[in-house]
Amino acid sequence: MSNIAISAAAAPSAASKPFLTRLGTGFVNRLVIIVPYVWLLFFFLVPFIIVFKISLSQTAIAMPPYTPVLDFSDGISGFFAGFRELNFDNYVWLTQDALYFKAYVTSVVIAAISTVLTLIVGYPIAYGMARAPATVRPTLLMLVILPFWTSFLIRVYAWIGILKPEGLLNQLLLSLHIINQPLVILNTYTAIFIGIVYSYLPFMVLPLYSSLEKMDYSLIEAAKDLGCPPTAAFWKITFPLSLPGVIAGCLLVFIPAVGEFVIPDLLGGSQTLMIGKTLWNEFFANRDWPVSSAVAVILLLLLTVPIMLFQQAQAKAQEQGK
Amino acid sequence: MKSLGSIRRDFAPWNDPNAKPYIQFDNVTKKFGDFTAVNNLSLTIFEREFFALLGASGCGKSTLLRMLAGFEEPTSGRILLDGQDLRGIPPHRRPVNMMFQSYALFPHMTVENNIAFGLKQEGMPKPDIEKRVAEMLKLVKLEQFAKRKPHQLSGGQRQRVALARSVAKRPKVLLLDEPLGALDKKLREETQFELMDLQQELGLTFVVVTHDQEEAMTMADRIAIMDKGEVMQVATPAEVYEAPTSRFVAHFVGNVNMFEGKVAERTANTTRIKGATGAEIVVDNAAESSKGADIVFAIRPEKIKVSSKRPADTVNALEGEVYDVAYLGDMTVYHIKLDDGQIVRASALNASRITEDPLTWNDRAWVSFRPDAGVVLTR
Repeated sequence: MSNIAISAAAAPSAASKPFLTRLGTGFVNRLVIIVPYVWLLFFFLVPFIIVFKISLSQTAIAMPPYTPVLDFSDGISGFFAGFRELNFDNYVWLTQDALYFKAYVTSVVIAAISTVLTLIVGYPIAYGMARAPATVRPTLLMLVILPFWTSFLIRVYAWIGILKPEGLLNQLLLSLHIINQPLVILNTYTAIFIGIVYSYLPFMVLPLYSSLEKMDYSLIEAAKDLGCPPTAAFWKITFPLSLPGVIAGCLLVFIPAVGEFVIPDLLGGSQTLMIGKTLWNEFFANRDWPVSSAVAVILLLLLTVPIMLFQQAQAKAQEQGK
Repeated sequence: MKSLGSIRRDFAPWNDPNAKPYIQFDNVTKKFGDFTAVNNLSLTIFEREFFALLGASGCGKSTLLRMLAGFEEPTSGRILLDGQDLRGIPPHRRPVNMMFQSYALFPHMTVENNIAFGLKQEGMPKPDIEKRVAEMLKLVKLEQFAKRKPHQLSGGQRQRVALARSVAKRPKVLLLDEPLGALDKKLREETQFELMDLQQELGLTFVVVTHDQEEAMTMADRIAIMDKGEVMQVATPAEVYEAPTSRFVAHFVGNVNMFEGKVAERTANTTRIKGATGAEIVVDNAAESSKGADIVFAIRPEKIKVSSKRPADTVNALEGEVYDVAYLGDMTVYHIKLDDGQIVRASALNASRITEDPLTWNDRAWVSFRPDAGVVLTR
């Protein structure tokens, strides 16, 4: 795709070409740009609008289980009449029940702590991989991706076997006489952190690795040469230069972790309150599609708005740097 | 004040037996696995010297520099700097600074922060740092670029930032790894002279690694020519060019013609060499060689005269045919195929605009040279 764009942009004689050819390349260029937009339109925007529409309706015993809203079945006038009747009851409902607010906050806090933990675990791994001899790097990369070849669900279930009171970890610690009583890890927040760190580690390691790997090692040598001890050189040179990888990795872990449902459900037990679980309950236990859609819309806004603001600030900072 | 030329003319500590060496490589060997990068090498460099390590890639010159900077430790042997053994001293504690081939400018820092980096590590007070940075920026004429990031600079400007950063700490020795390698030809030539001025101004010892012989010849007080981890010759540029001690050095620096043969006769002052095909030349005695020994006479193209008739006043004249002519503007290079098949390269300065009787392809021609125009080599 980009080939076409590059060759067309690089052609110095574009102006001297016949008009139709120019129109042609312009069209091809535009087509190339359109493809991702069309993709986003169909697979993101349209589903989002559907979810948003459901969030504005009322629950009903029907198929599907909600009242029609903004429907074209009554023609254009019906559509506009529907507009006037629109209400945000479901959103109001979310603010009235403290459960949802608590669930959002807990989710964000758990996701944030997990992200930091994943970063702490993932950074040394990525650093080690990037500094490994070039011949073993593909193997290490393979090892990071390898867990993906087993079902996510099975891997989380496996953690139950490890963490439960009579599980592998406790057996090991008891037999080594490190502890006298089995530790209670399963069905606690600790188990959720372990599960999230374990499951999302590759998403942290891969972007970190790619930013660390392309870093010129002579920069570190230059820092040392100028009198900087190795540890200080890491914090002054390596870490700042890997920040794009750190940010990408953190976003890749944080965003899915906020909405995570399987890990808190299986490892966190019944008392943990996370928004993903709340959403699941509304949807499948209560069959309240409108409220669960509202939960989903709020979740999306909660995640995208800060990221968009952050990106805008970054773009501005970059512009000012020039 | 003395002019640059006269300072450099008087500067020859390597000829003074009492001069104290500043940097000393003692039987240094460096191995990477099975590969020997530097092989039992000994070398001395003097204070305030502009020293060049010249060689093809993979000859060990960069390894030598990196050992001096502390990025590599010698497998055996020792390196002394101002009398101090450098073994075990990590790079950040060595009083040397390096200018990297890639410049290695910190991309997330401005030009002034790049230059100030080393000074901050030293714990220099802030006002002093600011003063020194301003001084350095002025030195490399980049005052108005202080707030820029490296990616907003041209290649030449980046080179100057790298230079300013590496001299900002006033190191005892400045190491330069291919300092001009990334610049285009014109800028490279200008910068060569700037580097020389800078070295004089700061009074530092420079060790520069280069594969460009012209660069080494222009800038250095002495050149070490390296091959396969060994030093082939250490000498001033003029000595390296006019008096190479081996075929390798003669070939490596500039162009050269080699007449191979055996010693046919040796008199008090001259040696008669008989070539394999019968052609004979007479040259000044230089190396010890008995009759019948294999010997090579190496002569530079510009020391060979080309004429259409046999010159009357010369002992060495060989006849051949013009094989190739290359007009380069300032001079013309002739390739003459001698009657015994050897091709001789000769260059003639185009001192006048119009040459009468110019030689051209397939003309008969004579090449001639004086007995002292070249050197006799035995290895």
